Amino acid sequence: MLEFNKVSFGYDENSKILDELSFSVRAGEFISIIGVSGSGKSTIFRLVTGLDKPLAGDITLEGNKNGARLGQVGYMPQQDLLLPWRTILENAFLPLEINGVDKQTAYKQIKPLLKEFGLEGTDDKYPSELSGGMKQRVAFLRAVLSGNPLLLLDEPFSALDAITKLSMQEWLLDQWQKRKSTILFITHDVDEALFLSDRIFLLKNKPVTAIEEISIPLRRERTRKDLHRPDMLELKERLLSTLRSEVTL
Amino acid sequence: MRNTASLLIVLVFLTLWEISARLIDKAFILPSPVQILVRLWELKDVLFLVHLPVTLLSIVIGLTFSIILGTAIAVWMSQNASVQRAIYPILIASQMVPVIALAPIFVLWLGYTIWSKVAVAVLITFFPITVNAFDGLSSGKRETEELFLTMGATKKDVFLKYSVPIALPHFFSGLKVAVTLSVIGAAIGEWLGAQAGLGYFSRRMMTQFDGAAVFAPIFVLTFVGILLFVCVAYIEKRMLNWRTKS
Repeated sequence: MLEFNKVSFGYDENSKILDELSFSVRAGEFISIIGVSGSGKSTIFRLVTGLDKPLAGDITLEGNKNGARLGQVGYMPQQDLLLPWRTILENAFLPLEINGVDKQTAYKQIKPLLKEFGLEGTDDKYPSELSGGMKQRVAFLRAVLSGNPLLLLDEPFSALDAITKLSMQEWLLDQWQKRKSTILFITHDVDEALFLSDRIFLLKNKPVTAIEEISIPLRRERTRKDLHRPDMLELKERLLSTLRSEVTL
Repeated sequence: MRNTASLLIVLVFLTLWEISARLIDKAFILPSPVQILVRLWELKDVLFLVHLPVTLLSIVIGLTFSIILGTAIAVWMSQNASVQRAIYPILIASQMVPVIALAPIFVLWLGYTIWSKVAVAVLITFFPITVNAFDGLSSGKRETEELFLTMGATKKDVFLKYSVPIALPHFFSGLKVAVTLSVIGAAIGEWLGAQAGLGYFSRRMMTQFDGAAVFAPIFVLTFVGILLFVCVAYIEKRMLNWRTKS
């Protein structure tokens, strides 16, 4: 699905953020990228979406080596970035509109999805009339409607309150299983990463030369209780202590 | 009503004016509001049918020019950083030129025609429109622009679907300032040299010591300004109705 092969990146040669980094993501996986602030998580996203180009190395997306990636990856930013002058329906329509889909066809496609995303009846509302959790769902819907099988979610729940966050996580797992998309998920919340992912990519050091891959020993059908299993607790402890050693105060 | 307080203040002001005018009792210097209204009624044909259309025409032409020119320059500056660096300082500096002092020169160049008034109106309304439109066009967030790009948007998509809508509230703020200034611009232009128009009429009455007839066209001009402002505010509210929801 996605492959980084010895990718290097930095805004100038002397201070690289990524140095010969390699990893690969299989179709249908849920992968969390975790690391302390400034560890290069967002840089990886900018490279995957095509907003930035690597200084060296190859990025292969769906067999397309170093091809144009803008418009090929669904991206959900940290803030919802919904357009305040557009209704929810019109906001969801945006990626389709940019791809030249006509309004009628698009609306027919969007309306059942709104219902499925728990946004029924919000069609003609403006973003300012919705709660934070709902706005994030619209933002996720917009990423899904880009039609791309790979979705990048950049700390999508970090601005939500703790309880909303929990239910949004469960909701996201549901949606992901239903749509069989591939998700790359940035977070700095260890519990969130453990609960959601198939694998966790742990970023450490700077520049990032390698990632530590951690497979989560849970089956896909999981509940929050599974996080209390001894092996999970041990894993969490290990992740936290690694991250802590990375923090420079 | 929302405007009750403002209305009351105006009424108190007009009452005080009426009282002091009656006490002073020199109508050629300080006519009372009632005298002005009476004179307005007596002069209604000549004011509304002869002079108002002339002034309105300068205002409308001036505003149209300003909107087209101002928006075009704003778009140009927002699309091209070197154009912005070159023009923006000049724009600001141009506002330091005392336009009113320049107005006689326009009369000199363009004569007593409507164009000298249009020129003055354009010169003072063009700035708020350009600067506000430009500020609006550049008020977009980089993150959102990048989100558009990840959706495969072209530069044109970003401009039309993001920069323009986000600029509209700023544009309307500029337009509200501009419509009020346009009335002043047209009146000044007429004052300095014209054969018709409310500004010209007011000045002519001054030479005849007809105080009430000096004020009557000023009342009309004020009313025109308020009306234009209300129109823009109404259009703004209709176009930006999302702002009232929350």
